[in-house]
Amino acid sequence: MNKKCIIIPAFNEEKNIVSVIEDIRAYTDVDLIVIDDGSKDSTAALARQAGAFVIRHPFNMGYGIALQTGYKYAVEKNYDVLVQMDADGQHCAEFIPDLFRQSESPDCDAVIGSRFLGHNQYKAGAFKSLGIKIFRQIIGWTTGEKITDPTSGYQCLKRKVFEFFTEDHFPCDYPDANVIIMLHRSGFKIKEIPVVMTPNPEARAMHRGVSTITYYFFKVFLSIFITLIRKNRKLIDQRGGSQ
Amino acid sequence: MTIQQKAFAIIASLLIFIVIINLVKNKKLKEEYSWLWLLTGFVMIVLVLWYDILVVLTNLIGAVLPTTTLFIFAILFLMCIVLNFSIKISKLTDQVKNLTQKVSLMEAERLNNRVA
Repeated sequence: MNKKCIIIPAFNEEKNIVSVIEDIRAYTDVDLIVIDDGSKDSTAALARQAGAFVIRHPFNMGYGIALQTGYKYAVEKNYDVLVQMDADGQHCAEFIPDLFRQSESPDCDAVIGSRFLGHNQYKAGAFKSLGIKIFRQIIGWTTGEKITDPTSGYQCLKRKVFEFFTEDHFPCDYPDANVIIMLHRSGFKIKEIPVVMTPNPEARAMHRGVSTITYYFFKVFLSIFITLIRKNRKLIDQRGGSQ
Repeated sequence: MTIQQKAFAIIASLLIFIVIINLVKNKKLKEEYSWLWLLTGFVMIVLVLWYDILVVLTNLIGAVLPTTTLFIFAILFLMCIVLNFSIKISKLTDQVKNLTQKVSLMEAERLNNRVA
C-alpha cells in the first residue's frame, strides 16, 4: 500500500482553509499537510484544529518555497506519492482520488490536473488564456508533449519526482511551465487528467493585474530559457544510478 | 600629471588603503573580501606613483587619455565586485531558504510531539 499525503501551501487563507480541509476529508482520509507560509492571520491554528499537520514558515517566502518545504517533509516521512493543491478552494477536492489512481500507472511519474480537458467550463481572463496558449506552444516545441494546462498547480507527484524537487535546482520563485519542461528533460513521464477548478471569487490567485501578469510571464519565460540552457546532470545521475 | 592631481590621488588611495586595513583589523570586513579591496588600493597607489604604466596601458587599450583608462578599469573592477556580490547573495538566499525550511520542519515536528 502506497503511503500518500496531500500538501497545501497556504498564505493568509483563514477564510478558506477550513472548508478546503473539510472538502478534502469528504473524499479521502490520507495525511494532510498544510504549509503555512508565514501567514499573518490564524491560518495555521485553524488548519491544525481542522486536523491537518501544520508546518509553519517563520516569515513569508513564496509559494514555490512553501511547496518545496512540503516536498522535503514528504521525503523525510517516506511518502510514496503526494497531491499538491491550493488553499484558496480553487481546486475541487473530488478529483484527488482520480489523481492518485492515475499515478498508480507505472508509465507515469507526475499527474497534472487540467482544467481544459474534458467538459469544462473554466473561463480564464483574455490575458491569461493567451499566456496559457503561449506556454502550451513552448512546451510543445521543447518537449513534444501536449500539455493543455501548463500553469496548473493541482498535481500528483510520485516520490522520485518530489525528491528531485527538493534539490536546489527547483525553481522556487515561479514554479510553472518551466517545471514541466524540466521534468520532461529529466526523463520523467507526465500525464494529464481532467479536473474542475472554480475561479476564485476574490481573484486572489497569483496571476492578477496587468503589470503583475506581464512580470509573471517574463519571469516564467526567463525560467524556461534557463531550464533549456542548463545541462541536466540529474538526468544522467538518475539513469546511471537507479534501475 | 600636475602636482595637485598627484597629491590628491595619493591621499585618496592611501586613505582607502588605511580604511580597508582598519576594517579587516576590526573584523568588520572578512578576509575573504579584503584581498580584492587591498589589491585595488595597492594598484591605485602604484598607478599614481608610476604614471608611465598608466600611459603604457592607455596605448595598449587604444584609449586617448590616461584618465579614460583609469575610468574604464575602475568601472570594470566595480562590475566584477558587484557581480561577485550577486553570486554571493544568490548563494546566501539559497542557504537562508534551506535553513528556514529545516527550522520549520523541526519546529513542526517538535510541536507535534508535544501535543501527542
